[in-house]
Amino acid sequence: MANLKNVTKKTKAQAMGMHTEVLTGRTQQKFFNPDEAENFYYFGTYDVDFNKRTDLDIKDMTAADANKEIDNLMSQGYGTIVIKNPQGKHSIGVGILNKLNLIFEGSLGYFGIGSCDGPTVRINGRVGWSCAENLMAGKVVIEKNAGSCFGAAIRGGDLICKGSVGARTGIDMKGGTIIIGGDAGAFTGFMMQRGRIIILGDVGINLGDSMYDGTIFVGGEIGSYGSDAVDAELTKSDQDWLKRKLKVAEIGENFNVSKMKKIVAGKKLWNYDNLEPTEKKGAI
Amino acid sequence: MCGIAGLIHRGKSSKVGHELQGMLQALKHRGEDSTGYALYGDTDGKNFIMRFKVGENVGEGSTSVSEDISVYDERKKMVDSYLAEMGAKIVKEERTLPYSLRYEIQYDKKDLLEFSQKIESIPGVEILSMGKSLEVIKDLGNAKMVCDRYNLDKLVGTHAIGHARMATESGVDIKSAHPFWGYPFSDVSVVHNGQLTNYWNNRRALENKGMRFMSECDSELIAVYLAEKMRDGASLEEGMKESLTGLDGVFTYFVATKDSLGMAKDTMAAKPLVLYESDDLVAMGSEEIAIRSILPQEIDTYDPFDGEVKVWQI
Repeated sequence: MANLKNVTKKTKAQAMGMHTEVLTGRTQQKFFNPDEAENFYYFGTYDVDFNKRTDLDIKDMTAADANKEIDNLMSQGYGTIVIKNPQGKHSIGVGILNKLNLIFEGSLGYFGIGSCDGPTVRINGRVGWSCAENLMAGKVVIEKNAGSCFGAAIRGGDLICKGSVGARTGIDMKGGTIIIGGDAGAFTGFMMQRGRIIILGDVGINLGDSMYDGTIFVGGEIGSYGSDAVDAELTKSDQDWLKRKLKVAEIGENFNVSKMKKIVAGKKLWNYDNLEPTEKKGAI
Repeated sequence: MCGIAGLIHRGKSSKVGHELQGMLQALKHRGEDSTGYALYGDTDGKNFIMRFKVGENVGEGSTSVSEDISVYDERKKMVDSYLAEMGAKIVKEERTLPYSLRYEIQYDKKDLLEFSQKIESIPGVEILSMGKSLEVIKDLGNAKMVCDRYNLDKLVGTHAIGHARMATESGVDIKSAHPFWGYPFSDVSVVHNGQLTNYWNNRRALENKGMRFMSECDSELIAVYLAEKMRDGASLEEGMKESLTGLDGVFTYFVATKDSLGMAKDTMAAKPLVLYESDDLVAMGSEEIAIRSILPQEIDTYDPFDGEVKVWQI
């Protein structure tokens, strides 16, 4: 690797392998070359065996100790971990970057399942604010209710809440799918940039406020539309996709999707489609 | 960022001091500059309980100016003399700390405005609460420290609200700590998490209408705002609903009266609140771990939506 202390600002990113050519603008940057995918890996990831199962009681553990123990179990190859007595603790199950079956027998506090890429998580309780923030891939299912900022800034994966959620669900989301079985609060889809949100119940005021792109489907009543959010035609392919998604999510399988409202961004940002093309590909 | 917690038992009494201590201690990471309790104890309802201070806690971390303890004694003497002048008889007197006192008093008049104005005309004296059930206890430090200092663990009652404070808008002192008494209404208290942006406009308007502010803490506005609405004939719930548009900013607040407990959340739902509701207990707090401190078993909780107001009776 190049000595980064001696390179100029212009070429520092290239020396770190972030670019393969001299670039002149953000819209022309190439962030990731799929041909080199095998050279990319996460630190601290593990090959786990889903059939290797264990329980972990975290009643008397701090969040840091609980997360370290989950990491320790994954390093031993455990692919299915059942967490007992989470009791609303914050920041549990964060930073998991490999496949894993993670089951919580209870509720989580704030920032649960944050910054994950790959695990399948089932929470047999409720979650607090900012659950699954920055999720890259995987599936997170919450059996009860969720707090505000549910699925903030996710880039991929499926996030399912069978109950109701608080305000600002899907704020700043850049991909993936969020499915809500109950109602959602104010500012749902605030500044969302890509991805899809499905709400089977009612939704609060300012739905899709300042959204750039992405799609929101609502089964119930809408409190009010936010700036830039407009109705769009619900197509046959939308309905097929909704049916398929709800079936896979094991939620609202008999829901009449033909009556759902479809909300999209009303204005297109200049040069928006040229931004981060590889990321867009990944999100789709 | 501050943390708030509250609970109400319906149809029974419990050790609310102990329970609220557990809830607030679970929230201490949200702020431990000061902690306050508004406890609604079981009483015979005959006498008023007046909690008041004759000075500030000037311990470590305090922003208050140190005073000689003899000044506190002088102020206490003046309070005693004013009470006698107004025909209020002291039935029981407790001086928990040099600056903090609890009186049980016989006082027949219902209007507490004149009474409060007279007592608080003594410089350095502030009534923390006045009521036949309510007792507001607030001081510097976290929930356990304050609870131990004032021996609140054994207090039995029906409901309580409390606050763990991280000082932002005003100093680290008792006068800026929550809960705030809904002066001059008997048994009304308020705690708040958030920030009010039209504080000064509202304060000036309310002061012009004769309402009193003791601190520069924006949260005090909520207590005064609701007190003014009730003075003009609104019910507690009506006043709370009006506050959603009358108060600007981000807030979740609790208000309690002798027989009820209410919550309100601003229209942007910018401040957290988790709520547990059953037939015999309602418990709520800024974070679920507060509720878990008294209900460790698996329970169903939820976030109230934006612009929501709820009131429960004992």
